[in-house]
Amino acid sequence: MIATLKALIWKDLRLFLGDRRAVLMSVVTPIAIASFFGYALGGAGKDVKRSRIPVLVVDRDQSAISRDLFVRLGAQEALEVKPSTPDAARDAVRKGKSMLAVEIPKNFGEDAGRAFFGGAKKPQIDVLYDPSHSAEQAMVKGMLAGEIMQVVSKEMFSGKGGSAVVDESLARVEGSNAVPPSQKKALLDLLHSVRNWNNQTGQGTGSSTPSQGLTLPYEMHEEAVTSSAGVKYNGYAHAFGGMGIQFILFVGIDVGIALLMLRQRGLWKRFRAAPLSRGMLLGSRTISAAITSFAVLMVLFGFARVVFGVRIEGSMAGFLSICAAFSFMTASFGLLIAALGKTPEATRGLAIFVTLLMVMLGGAWIPTFIFPQWLKNVTLIMPTRWAMDGLDAMTWRGLGFSGAIGPIAVLSFCALLFGALAVARFRWEES
Amino acid sequence: MLEAKALKKSYGAVTAVDGISLRVDKAETLGLLGPNGAGKTTTVSIIAGLLRPDSGEVLIEGRPLRGDTDPVKRNIGLVPQDIALYDELSARDNLALFAALYDMSGAKRDRAIDEALDLAGLTDRAGDRVSDFSGGMKRRLNLTAALLHDPQILLLDEPTVGVDPQSRNAIFDNLETLKKRGKTLVYTTHYMEEAERLCDRLVIVDHGKVIADDTLQGLHRLMPATNLLHIELEHGPDGLRLEDIKALPEVHSAELDGDLLNVGISDLSAGAPRILQWLVDSGHPYNHVASERASLEAVFLSLTGRSLRD
Repeated sequence: MIATLKALIWKDLRLFLGDRRAVLMSVVTPIAIASFFGYALGGAGKDVKRSRIPVLVVDRDQSAISRDLFVRLGAQEALEVKPSTPDAARDAVRKGKSMLAVEIPKNFGEDAGRAFFGGAKKPQIDVLYDPSHSAEQAMVKGMLAGEIMQVVSKEMFSGKGGSAVVDESLARVEGSNAVPPSQKKALLDLLHSVRNWNNQTGQGTGSSTPSQGLTLPYEMHEEAVTSSAGVKYNGYAHAFGGMGIQFILFVGIDVGIALLMLRQRGLWKRFRAAPLSRGMLLGSRTISAAITSFAVLMVLFGFARVVFGVRIEGSMAGFLSICAAFSFMTASFGLLIAALGKTPEATRGLAIFVTLLMVMLGGAWIPTFIFPQWLKNVTLIMPTRWAMDGLDAMTWRGLGFSGAIGPIAVLSFCALLFGALAVARFRWEES
Repeated sequence: MLEAKALKKSYGAVTAVDGISLRVDKAETLGLLGPNGAGKTTTVSIIAGLLRPDSGEVLIEGRPLRGDTDPVKRNIGLVPQDIALYDELSARDNLALFAALYDMSGAKRDRAIDEALDLAGLTDRAGDRVSDFSGGMKRRLNLTAALLHDPQILLLDEPTVGVDPQSRNAIFDNLETLKKRGKTLVYTTHYMEEAERLCDRLVIVDHGKVIADDTLQGLHRLMPATNLLHIELEHGPDGLRLEDIKALPEVHSAELDGDLLNVGISDLSAGAPRILQWLVDSGHPYNHVASERASLEAVFLSLTGRSLRD
């Protein structure tokens, strides 16, 4: 029976290799798409110039503070800052030409200074943003807050405007009955100290000695954690894993559809007339599909290794085991399609929908961390999520074999589950 | 050799096979006749082990056919109605695959493949892809692919559907060769001439039931009119009353088809002169007469009241 099994498997492999279109779809297409995604998602860790976030600033104040703020925002590497007018800024954001616009109101410098020392009403900065770029909005807001604190405090502790505000604040606090006596004294002491500071540094009288104002009380050291220190993140690893998963699932669909079509032909009768078990018939199909899937994955990652330098930074055994488990899962998924489908035509559309859903929820297109929590929980039942995590773990994350055990177990379980369901539901007799 | 006992098979409310029983002896060729949808293919599928009957059983050399892997299935070769070949593979590779289904390998397999190619007349095209073959070549290969494991019984499910006359003759030659080799053939068809040419015995099925089971001669005896006279009337049928012709001795049926008068008679030598003389005497001269033996088509029509090709 081994000879029979080998003959059936070899036949499937020859049919696959003989179908240039199938080979093209299974190998060349995912390579092309993964190359694009890999480049777009960070490439191979080389210094690629990233696109900056376009931000428009409407300065209605034209004070030293607002001008300094404009300069500082423009110095941010992530931002591309341009001046604008209120109407033009709103129009640009609406048309998607700018992700965000910041409108600095009149008297911002003075009002912010008064508010800085408490009591006075805070000036309002209007932020117009493109709702399809909420992540960028949050990022720019953080930068804006930091820069405003810095320019306002700088002006208060050293600028001409700051001295005037301090004097004005001293007069206001001294004449105020609303402030409790104990707090009034502390506040007056603080303002006197600031005036003394300004006088000593000379900034209030036009000295050129620089002052930083209030700054963030820490320095940030950022490090992308990959397989080991100094190894840069290679975006192609994730992209090739994702596209590999997607297109191998398409191989699974082809397996199912081919089996459905086979049943419509006399060939199925010839197979069934032979003294072959059902396990032999479906098993040979499973093995050949798994071999095909595994080979496609190897070709994809081989290409990624040679062209984009994607390395298996973790366990090679773990990587191969995950690929093998995913290949068998795909093969049994194909059998399940054949078992549940009635006609190739009716089944193909539904199978593609289910596959794309699995791919999407598996994080092959977009990372799962941006999903809502409930959706993240749902993705845990997706074998594609485990395959994706497993491939990431074995490639750029550089985890050991222990990091592969979970994905291997889940994928193997899914392979058995799909296979068992397929055998149970497979219609052996045509009606 | 092969016996089917009271086979029944239904699909929901539709009864495809309704108690069919048949028996085929060694080296005998049995024709399974019936119109489309009569239950022929379902019966063959049950015999080949593709379908499990709701009731009844199939015996191969006295042993019941049980399960997918029953070695008894080695005695059966199935020629499906559709072309059951991989277009993308060569003729030899197709045959090698089908031989492997019966666990054949090595020299035995190679010999069987060579014999099959020779029988199909495709030895010189063995390495060509099947997609490059004509329909007739595919049909011949489809037939011989079922012979690789040397089965004693060959089930042929309408193997000449869509085949040109030349290839049909080639297939018949193959089948007659197999008959001479002592193979047992079960041949389903709705082509009367094929059954008449090839079969030793005929089982006629309709609506899933056997309505006749006999030799060709035996079936003809079921017919009240075993001969047909076709008489071309010189002046047409004006004034001719069919009732008068039907009243003549030996006449079982009479009908007009334009100027052609078709008369069914049981005894040609006694009935024909009498009819022709009556026509002359009654003023209906004729200018051409032909006769033919009643066909199986007529037998079927007689038994069921409808045409086989319906």
